[in-house]
Amino acid sequence: MEEARKFGFETRQVHAGQRPEPNTGARAVPIYQTTSYVFEDPESAAAYFNLQEYGNTYSRIMNPTVAVFEERMASLEGGCGAVAFASGIAAQAAALFTLLQPGDHVVSSSALYGGSVNQFKHMLRKMNVELTWIDPDNLDAWKTAVRPNTKAFYGETIGNPGGNVLDIAAVAAVAHEHELPLIVDNTFATPFLCRPFEFGADIVLHSATKFIGGHGTSIGGVVVDSGEFNWSNGRFPVVADPSPAYHGLQFHETFGTYGYCMKLRAETLRDLGAAMSPFNAFLFLQGLETLSLRMARHVENAKAVASFLASHELASNITYPGLPTSRYRPLVDTYLPRGTGAIFSFDCRGGREAGQEFIRGLTLWSHLANVGDSKSLVIHPASTTHRQLNDDELRAAGVGPGTIRLSVGTESVDDLIWDLEQGFARVAASARSEVAPG
Amino acid sequence: MSPSFDLTRYQDPLTIQRTLHNAKTIAVVGLSKNELRASYFVGYYLKRHGYRILPVNPREPEILGEKSWTSLRDIPVHVDVVNVFRAPDAVPAIASEAVAIGAGSLWCQFTVINEEGARIAEAGGVNVIMDRCMKVEHARYIGRMHWLGFNTQRITSVRGGLQ
Repeated sequence: MEEARKFGFETRQVHAGQRPEPNTGARAVPIYQTTSYVFEDPESAAAYFNLQEYGNTYSRIMNPTVAVFEERMASLEGGCGAVAFASGIAAQAAALFTLLQPGDHVVSSSALYGGSVNQFKHMLRKMNVELTWIDPDNLDAWKTAVRPNTKAFYGETIGNPGGNVLDIAAVAAVAHEHELPLIVDNTFATPFLCRPFEFGADIVLHSATKFIGGHGTSIGGVVVDSGEFNWSNGRFPVVADPSPAYHGLQFHETFGTYGYCMKLRAETLRDLGAAMSPFNAFLFLQGLETLSLRMARHVENAKAVASFLASHELASNITYPGLPTSRYRPLVDTYLPRGTGAIFSFDCRGGREAGQEFIRGLTLWSHLANVGDSKSLVIHPASTTHRQLNDDELRAAGVGPGTIRLSVGTESVDDLIWDLEQGFARVAASARSEVAPG
Repeated sequence: MSPSFDLTRYQDPLTIQRTLHNAKTIAVVGLSKNELRASYFVGYYLKRHGYRILPVNPREPEILGEKSWTSLRDIPVHVDVVNVFRAPDAVPAIASEAVAIGAGSLWCQFTVINEEGARIAEAGGVNVIMDRCMKVEHARYIGRMHWLGFNTQRITSVRGGLQ
């Protein structure tokens, strides 16, 4: 018999989703590297495939190692359940596929990760889903973008790369006024810094590739459902009506709170096939065990790096929302009191050339296209991810020619600042040599 | 849609676990013959896990291979749990019947919330569980809910038995 104790975040990041394996007593989460599962008898097999019994059938749809990761994420976010995917982008596509059909409309923050922008702009259009991009900081823009065929609001807790902090409660209130779900990408905050469900969000997404793992070894994503949204409000026939892909089953009526999650797994994951591998789930679980410890350290280092940059003559436009001067200060106090993550950008004086020189001068920060690693990461968008754009196009994309994006890791902060000084020294030397006569 | 009374007293984990462990017979009031309805899913699941299901549905002669009864009072064996799949306003009458037949518990499914019904059952010595699904709670404490990524809210380092 178990009492109803409310266990703390740090306990749940280590334990949730796993009980010692009953057959062997293994304390660590076993890696069930199997494609399929032997059925007890034909009747059990039928019950599993009919969703009448919780049972394993095939690892494209469920796997006991992946399930530990899913339940742990659901626990940390405070949701009713979660479904893991092969990547964050796959998780996002699946979250939307589950509730959209051709002719629908989505309202999204324009301050999104570039990969999300691409998916929304191109893939949703192919599905004949309309999209309205809005400035997430403007509450009226969310309100006026709603149409009769709107099916979801979408935003990031902390915008990439502008550092916009989403007013989750206010945006959720607008969404709920129109009986719409608010979907929040919580990758940059992690559930340690912000739990969007506590402020009214309905679905939370993560690229687990980032802080959830923290080790930069694995690509993965996850969708967490609050279980609170009423999919039977008449706007979501795709979720509420009898499913032709499941012999007429009405997922929301039959499974109630768990309806969206069941449909996400039994239909969307089954049919899109972007399953997380058991080994990756195991690695993400190793990461989650230290999430609170790592995030506290990321935040501490990011604060120090941001204030170093704020006082440096070659750095400007620092987008870290944790700076005392940030225009997001009141929202930070509400949503991110423990810190605003560790990913932000700044402009290096001297434009495109100076940005490249800065990167050349670094020897500890890793120059690559990822964020949320324990190792500090840096990228110069104008010479990499946004290379095809001229200076005017860059500005339109919110990226300056000298913009540098940082993902502050957990190393000794003095070493990180020392390396950034090496970068600035190289920029300064390069500027001197350009003006030197002869 | 939050109720005007404290529902948590009817959602006590120890009462839920005791009920699941001790029950042998479950009368399912409002059990549908339609295999896609929630009540059928729950009845099928509970039967599969060894409980004796006693359907209460006057419109059907037989459901899940079991004789369907017109009312709780007609059931000739002791009823451990009265599991309710009816509209909330039907609960007080069902609670009175549960008291009359000496049932052990009145278990009302998700959204089947009625304060008067709960009071009638309690006053008659019947345990009350309300706004909880019997399948989900069984799967949480005894079954395999954790295999599908649902949040069981269980934390334990005690080695479990074979499933």
